[in-house]
Amino acid sequence: MGILVMQPMLSVQQLTKTYAGGKAALSDVNLDVAKGEILALLGPNGAGKTTMISIICGIVTATSGKVLVGGFDNVTEFRQARSLIGLVPQELTTDAFETPWDNLSFSRELFGLPKNPALVEKVLKDLSLWDKKDKRIMSLSGGMKRRLLIGKALVHEPKVLFLDEPTAGVDVELRKDMWRLVAEMREQGVTVVLTTHYIEEAEAIADRVGIISDGKLLLVEDKTTLMASMGQKQLQVDLKTALSALPESLASLGFSLEKDGAQLLLKYQSNDDKVEVSAMLAAIYEAGLEVADIHTSQSSLEEIFIELLQEAS
Amino acid sequence: MNWRAIWAIYKFEMARTRRTITQSVVSPVISTSLYFVVFGGAIGSRIQEVDGVEYGAFIVPGLVMLSIMTQSLSNGSFGIYFPKFSGTIYEILSAPISFWEATIGYVGAAASKSLIIGIIILITAGFFVPLQIAHPWWMLTFLLLTCVTFSLFGFLIGIWADGFEKLQLIPLLIVTPLVFLGGAFYSIDMLPEAWQTVTMFNPVVYLISGFRWSFYEISDVGVGLSLFMVMVFMGICLALVGYIFKTGYRLKQ
Repeated sequence: MGILVMQPMLSVQQLTKTYAGGKAALSDVNLDVAKGEILALLGPNGAGKTTMISIICGIVTATSGKVLVGGFDNVTEFRQARSLIGLVPQELTTDAFETPWDNLSFSRELFGLPKNPALVEKVLKDLSLWDKKDKRIMSLSGGMKRRLLIGKALVHEPKVLFLDEPTAGVDVELRKDMWRLVAEMREQGVTVVLTTHYIEEAEAIADRVGIISDGKLLLVEDKTTLMASMGQKQLQVDLKTALSALPESLASLGFSLEKDGAQLLLKYQSNDDKVEVSAMLAAIYEAGLEVADIHTSQSSLEEIFIELLQEAS
Repeated sequence: MNWRAIWAIYKFEMARTRRTITQSVVSPVISTSLYFVVFGGAIGSRIQEVDGVEYGAFIVPGLVMLSIMTQSLSNGSFGIYFPKFSGTIYEILSAPISFWEATIGYVGAAASKSLIIGIIILITAGFFVPLQIAHPWWMLTFLLLTCVTFSLFGFLIGIWADGFEKLQLIPLLIVTPLVFLGGAFYSIDMLPEAWQTVTMFNPVVYLISGFRWSFYEISDVGVGLSLFMVMVFMGICLALVGYIFKTGYRLKQ
């Protein structure tokens, strides 16, 4: 670790939002995201993910708290802060009568940047929209509109990219494209914050995972650390002959007897150093049992997520 | 100032006018022509001169005002209402532009459209009646100020409206009657005295009167007062825009 502490690319400090109707959407959220990092925000519908992104991007006003983007306050220095941000919203909110070419050029100009036809062309080609560039947007399919929204966010060369549920309801091809895109962004040093329902998405592309529920950020953890610390492992041993009772030597190690005595099951934390699979198997042989099959499995981020939500509620 | 963004919004809005050229430009020209046929030709031929001006010519400034006021309102309100309705407003709100810059883009485009329509109507009128413009620069000043003020007013309606019905409500129920009763087709002194007093509370009277003065040097109220009233109305609209942008009213939750 270096001595210099890098300034976070995005810093959310004590962010709270209560909507006019009294609904508390966010309460005291604190979050730092480093440059080039990919953070996945996981949470059920209505957890506050979109509210948080909307506040950072300037679409919703915070009740209290502070947001810094690249060190710039998103309210008092909104020009500098927002010029670093690209936003792909959750809803397919596109214009209808314009063409993708005009629409991307418009997005770039809104950010005060000079025309760059070469970049517009590249973005359209990267997103497989080149042959639709002169068609009216309303004639595009849902997936293409989603690609267009991504293009609009990329065409002004953001340093922080927000993807709000980017793969909700999209086909496998687009999802893969999206993952590839996020990987490219990482190579270019762009910070990416994405919200998702899909745990496997976070598992596949994120560096860190934040879990939001009921407006509270329950935890933000390095993905592998989270898996290791929260993840549960299972050792399942199928026996050739079913047992009527569990031998004492195995019960003391934590095994239980499943499937009418045909399976030995051991659940343990993946970071539990005391559990060694070879030693466990040795104990089974010592007990004189014949093994038919062995499986080990690790809980997915999804199971961890559900467990955390249950704990929180 | 993010001039590029202002220009981008302006171009975006003007492109919509080009796409909807029939609705935007042709229809006001046709309806104005119909007014000339009915009021100028059929009925006007039986009306004596008003304040020494032939009736057909007398109604030209009022008709231009009627058109640019309604056009400014509908252009100004639709320009901001539609992105709110479709959700594309997210892009304006999250771009590095201030509210005032966005307003200049939207209102500037709405006012430009109205100005173009106003000029086209004037030219159309020239085919029906002999036009005479005593003070062309004042004429343009009144035209421009009215376009900008009513586009701003429309912009406010577009922000306030949360449905298509509301979008039409103020123009139909308040502005159209005010314009019709504001002396577009008659001189205020043709009204009974009591109604003349009532009419003085109609802000549109001052606009039409000042505009007509720039053509024929006849007016219902002093031209200075007309100018002052336009500025007051614009000031009120600007203050309301300022309030909206400070509070995020109907734009930001």
